[in-house]
Amino acid sequence: MTEPRNLYQKVWREHAVRTLRNGQTQLFIDTHLIHEVTSPQAFGMLRDRGLSVLMPERTFATVDHIVPTHTRIEPFEDALADEMIRELRKNIADHGIRFFDLDSGDQGIVHMVGPEQGITQPGTTIACGDSHTSTHGAFGAIAFGIGTSQVRDVLATQTLAMSELRVRRIEVTGRLRPGVYAKDVILHIIRTLGVKGGLGYAYEYGGDVVTRMSMEERMTVCNMSIEGGARCGYVNPDDTTFAYLQGRPFVPGGAAWDEAVARWRAVASDPGCHYDDVVTIRGEDIAPTVTWGLNPGQAISIEQDVPTVEGAAAGEREAIAEALAHMKLAPGAPIKGTKVDVAFFGSCTNGRVSDFIEAARYLEGRRVSPAVTAIAVPGSQHVKAECERLGLDRVFKAAGFEWRDAGCSMCLAMNPDKLVGDQLCASTSNRNFKGRQGSPTGRTVLMSPVMVAAAAVTGEVSDAREVFGVSREAVA
Amino acid sequence: MELRQIREVRGRAVPLPGDDIDTDRIVPARYLKCVTFDGLGDALFYDERHDAQGEPTGHVIDEPRYAGASVLLSGSNFGCGSSREHAPQSLARAGFEAVVAESFAEIFFGNATTLGLVCAAVAPEARRALTEAVRADPTLELVVDVDARQVRAGSLTVDASIPDSAREALLEGYWDPLGELLEGVPQVEAVSRRLGRPAAAA
Repeated sequence: MTEPRNLYQKVWREHAVRTLRNGQTQLFIDTHLIHEVTSPQAFGMLRDRGLSVLMPERTFATVDHIVPTHTRIEPFEDALADEMIRELRKNIADHGIRFFDLDSGDQGIVHMVGPEQGITQPGTTIACGDSHTSTHGAFGAIAFGIGTSQVRDVLATQTLAMSELRVRRIEVTGRLRPGVYAKDVILHIIRTLGVKGGLGYAYEYGGDVVTRMSMEERMTVCNMSIEGGARCGYVNPDDTTFAYLQGRPFVPGGAAWDEAVARWRAVASDPGCHYDDVVTIRGEDIAPTVTWGLNPGQAISIEQDVPTVEGAAAGEREAIAEALAHMKLAPGAPIKGTKVDVAFFGSCTNGRVSDFIEAARYLEGRRVSPAVTAIAVPGSQHVKAECERLGLDRVFKAAGFEWRDAGCSMCLAMNPDKLVGDQLCASTSNRNFKGRQGSPTGRTVLMSPVMVAAAAVTGEVSDAREVFGVSREAVA
Repeated sequence: MELRQIREVRGRAVPLPGDDIDTDRIVPARYLKCVTFDGLGDALFYDERHDAQGEPTGHVIDEPRYAGASVLLSGSNFGCGSSREHAPQSLARAGFEAVVAESFAEIFFGNATTLGLVCAAVAPEARRALTEAVRADPTLELVVDVDARQVRAGSLTVDASIPDSAREALLEGYWDPLGELLEGVPQVEAVSRRLGRPAAAA
C-alpha cells in the first residue's frame, strides 16, 4: 500500500518529466488550449527560432476574446480584431492544429469548448494562455493559466518549467439556502480567504455542497480560483463527472471508456491523504453575495452595508477609499438599491445552459427596467443552440435582453461590447477590476445569474429572493 | 541559448501606491489587440496615466522627478488577474528592469522572470521605508541584488525574497527556460507515449 496522496500530487508525479537545473520540474502538458489573444506572439517566437509545434495533436484552438457578439460578418469592423482572427487561422493551418472556428458550430469561450468536446478530462494537465483555465479543474484536471512565452514552451516542447504548489482543501459542508448559487459559494470563499489567500496553493474543493453540485456549477467555482490567488482549483472526479463526459466527441468509447473511468476514479485524492491546509465553510452561512469594490474579494452579502474607511483596519483604508471613490458608493450605505445601468449575462464563469435555465425561470413574464441595457451572451455556440431548443432565448428576449452570439463579450471588452463612461454593470462575470469592462470609469458589481436577472428587472442591485419571492428558509 | 546573467539591477525607482495592482490596470485589454508585443511600452498603465481625452493625468510614473526610473516599487499581490504576458512585456518595454513589491501574483511572477524582469518581494515595512527614501530623494539609486537577496538604497538595506528557482535562473542566465526544455524532448516523447493521448476524436 503506497502512501495516500491527493489528486494534485498524483497528477504532478505522473507528469513530471525531469528536474531542471534551477530545481523546477519539467512538467508534461497533456492538453493545450489556445485562442487568438495570447498565441500569435508565441507562434512568432517559434518562427524566429526556426522551431515547429512538437505535438500539434495535443493543441486545440478556438476564437473568443475579440469576436463581436452582435454580428458575425467578416471582415470585422475592428481591423485589429480582424487581423487577430486571420493570424490565428494562418497559424492553425501552418501547424495542423484542430480549430473550432466561427463556422464550426463548436466555437465558444475556450473554457466552455474544452468540457463540451470532452477534451477536458480527469487526471490530465491542461494549460492555456488565459488565467481562467482553472475552470477545467472541475473535472479533476490540473489546469492553469500561462503567459505567452509559456504558450511558446508548450508548443515547442509540450512541457513547462513549473514549481510544485501546496494544496489547500476547502470543504463546503451542509447545504446551500434557496437563492444561493455556485457563484455565491466562490465569491464567499474569496471574500473569506482573500484575493491573495491562494498564492502558492492549488485549491481542492470538496464537502457535501460541492459533491452535490452539477459539473456546470463546479466549473463556476473552479473558474474563479485564480481570483482568490490560486493558480488552479479542482474537484475530485466522481460519477457526476463521468456522466457529463460520456459520449462527448473526444472521450473514449467502448472498452476504452471503462478503462478511462477506472483510471479517473483512481486519480481522486486518497482517504487520509495530506493537505497543506484545510478550510471549512458552512454552506448555510453563505448568502447571495455581491462585490462592492475593485477586486472580487471586496464582496459582501446582499444584506450588508458597503464598508466605511474608518471601520477598516489601517492597512486596508487606502484600498477601501480608492474603491469607494471609483464605485461612487456611499460608505456605510446598503449595497441594495444601487442604481444599475447595464446587466451582463454570460462569460466563462456563468454563461452555461444551467445559468440560463435558472434565470429564465424568474424572467418569464417579467420585464427589464427601461433604465437598463441588458445583454445575454451564451458562452458557446452549443450553449446558444441548446438554450434556443429549450425556448430560453424567447424568455430572455421577451424580458428585454438582447440575445447574442457566443464569445467573451463584456467580461473583458476586447470586442464591441463595452461599458460607456461610469455606467454600473450588474455582471455574471469574474472580474470587477477598474476598467475591466471597457470604460476606464466603468463600474462592475459581480453576482450570480439570478441576481443579475433581479438587477435587470428592478434597475438596481437587489436581493433576488425578495424580487422573485424565494423563501430564505433552508429546505430540509 | 546564451542569456545575460542577471546578478543585480541598479537604477532609480518610482513608487506606485496601492496593493492588488491587477494586469488590467497595467495594460488595459484593448491594447491586447495585437499580434506582436511591439509598442506595448506606451500602453503601460494607460488608463491611469491619461484622462478620457487622452491628456496626461500627472500619474506618478510621468512625474519628471521619476523620469528614467528602472525599478517599480509597489504593494502586495502585484500583477494579479489575467495571465496576459503583455503586462510584464509592457513594463520591460517602458524601461523597467525590476519590480520590488510586497508579494506577486504567480502567473505574473513567472511571466516576468521568463523575460528577465526581476521580481523581488520585500516586507511591508521595508516597502514603506524604500518608498519614503525614494520620495525624499528620487535620484537615489536602488540596487536590487539578486545574489544577496537584498534591496539597497543609500544607507538602507532590506531583505528581499526571491524563490531559489528564479534566483538560480537569473544568476546563471537561463531565466528563459526554452533551451533547457528543448534538451528534454526525448524524455518528453517517452512520457507522452506512456500517458497516451487523452483527447482523441473517436
